[in-house]
Amino acid sequence: MTQHLDRREFIQLAGLTTAGIAGVVFSSGLRGVRLAAAKGRADDFMFLQMSDLHWGFTGPAVNPDAEVTLDKAIAHVNALPRQPDFIAFTGDLTHTTDDPQERRKRLAHVRDAVAKLNVKTHRYLAGEHDASLDQGEAFKEFFGKTHYTFDHKGVHFIVLDNVSDPKGMLGDEQLQWLRADLRKLDKDAPIVVLTHRPLFDLAADWDWTTADGAAAIEALMPYEYVTVFYGHIHQEHHQMTGHIPHHAAKGLMFALPAPHSVPKKTPIPWDAANPYLGLGFRSAQAKDAGDDYALTEWAVEKS
Amino acid sequence: MKRIITMTAFVVLAAGMGGGWRRFATAAVPAGAEQVVHMTAKKFEYSPNQITIKKGAPVVLEITALDRDHGFKVPELGIRADLKSGQVTRVRFVPDRTGTFEFRCDVFCGSGHEDMSGEIIVVD
Repeated sequence: MTQHLDRREFIQLAGLTTAGIAGVVFSSGLRGVRLAAAKGRADDFMFLQMSDLHWGFTGPAVNPDAEVTLDKAIAHVNALPRQPDFIAFTGDLTHTTDDPQERRKRLAHVRDAVAKLNVKTHRYLAGEHDASLDQGEAFKEFFGKTHYTFDHKGVHFIVLDNVSDPKGMLGDEQLQWLRADLRKLDKDAPIVVLTHRPLFDLAADWDWTTADGAAAIEALMPYEYVTVFYGHIHQEHHQMTGHIPHHAAKGLMFALPAPHSVPKKTPIPWDAANPYLGLGFRSAQAKDAGDDYALTEWAVEKS
Repeated sequence: MKRIITMTAFVVLAAGMGGGWRRFATAAVPAGAEQVVHMTAKKFEYSPNQITIKKGAPVVLEITALDRDHGFKVPELGIRADLKSGQVTRVRFVPDRTGTFEFRCDVFCGSGHEDMSGEIIVVD
């Protein structure tokens, strides 16, 4: 069963209503206090989620600053008072193109642009715009594997690829790989899943779903401390599937409307009075040995 | 043996509400007859992209993917099919309620993928 918690409920549950210059800070969930004191498995740390850069997109009515938005965001990241341990890019680094050479040019541009980040440890995910037309071939040339794991300060990170298959699915082989990886973990191991599409049916008719995402959630469900971060929907969104929170990030090119809030999904027009409204990136501060995350939403530009 | 009646379908071109062109297929179908609708799919459109069918009468959509693999999904009716390039895919169903139901490509096919859609209108 899917349980929805909206942002206000998350804030109320966490008892946090802190609004600062940087954005709103709130806890991702209910769980951290239960184990933290006893575990002592990991140091607290912070990582950034940058998503949906869509380099190559053109549409002045949606983002007349398309060519400088990423650079501005990078400048803001470099100016953050605390630098993250690493940065996770959760897909759609580029806007789709039917031309394989142009796709590689766009991927190369992103590679060179993010090299300007002071923090050099990056984790990359593909989005359907990067990978669905060639099953991730070009993306792999520039950014490596599309599904993998890594460990950071006691937290096990699992990167899932639900875009290289143009049907927007993980596929049996990757699901078996996921189950095999999970079998190595204790049931109370802190786990973070990074993915592009939502693993649950947020709005299947808007393509905001993973065709076989339910199988991944089923595999994760026995594990007590799982948190999912994803992109794709170009807005902040928080939802629970059972005890697993799923956090969607804003994009860095154009914003999209809330699920089913309009008849047709189209980018939200640029608001000249509020440039970059709806765009941004996120920091996730691990708390309580990686069982919980305090999220901060950051604007594109430093205010 | 199931009797397949070739629809007295006609395809017309008309200006669509959204400023583009819509291709309609409608038919007068005897009660109980199977309705056959021929369609094509290519980047980034279906033709026709508006189909009117009768509630309660079996339907066969015969969809030819002309240029590459596509998908066909009608979320509200629980229908989906893979459309293999160069092949005819038959999608059979019986519409059990009236209304307008969007169909769309769910196999990412390129820059216009998100606009590759149409609608099925089910009438009494």
